[in-house]
Amino acid sequence: MKTTNEMELLFDSKSENEGFARVAVSAFLTQMNPTLEEVEDVRTAVSEAVTNAIIHGYEGKEGKIYIRSQICDHVFYIEIKDDGVGIPDVQKAMEPLFTTKPDLERSGLGFIFMQSFMDEVEVESNPGEGTRVKMKKRIGKGQEVWTTQSL
Amino acid sequence: MNYLVEENCLTIFLPQEVDHHYAEEMKKEADRLIERKHIKYVIFDFENTYFMDSSGIGVIMGRYRQIYLLGGEVWAVHANERMKKILNMSGMTKIIRLYEEEE
Repeated sequence: MKTTNEMELLFDSKSENEGFARVAVSAFLTQMNPTLEEVEDVRTAVSEAVTNAIIHGYEGKEGKIYIRSQICDHVFYIEIKDDGVGIPDVQKAMEPLFTTKPDLERSGLGFIFMQSFMDEVEVESNPGEGTRVKMKKRIGKGQEVWTTQSL
Repeated sequence: MNYLVEENCLTIFLPQEVDHHYAEEMKKEADRLIERKHIKYVIFDFENTYFMDSSGIGVIMGRYRQIYLLGGEVWAVHANERMKKILNMSGMTKIIRLYEEEE
């Protein structure tokens, strides 16, 4: 039988909540017995997606950010959604160093970080319809190798 | 408190977590000091830092641009393995100097 667990979070698009989102998600992730590196990877990816929602989705204005996360066996799923302005060209937005806000000193590396730290990243967005970032990561790779090895 | 000016060198002691929230505040303070105190060297001290996302990279990139134009240098010190990985991945290690302590 598959072990599953699910949680949802809803919070305001305030930069103070970036830290809150990281803490909440990593606390939920703990039950998967992740390595320190896996925790940091997920925390970084969450931080990038939430920051994007605040800066780009809502452009600094008020709005709600919604996180839904699911654990299914050894796979961790997370979805971060906003009802902001949306992205006109998702492919372009995901290019390294591309940013629409160079004046704010955005590095243009947000999606690159998400892609490097998670196994899969999927972005659904349309202008005026908000953005949904879905990510997936297999947790406990190292542990599995260790437990299946014969002594 | 988190900034130290010595001659023309500014040391920024980064917090435990460097994200967009903190980055905004740091940018303002660092720029004010760079301008007023005629800073040529900026040192980012990662002693207490275990988390940094791409917003932190944005801050380092921005300060590098300023300092480069003034003919100065940007350094990173006390970076742990995770921070080195982040700095490497983002290409920062090509433009700033990483101070490695001797074994």
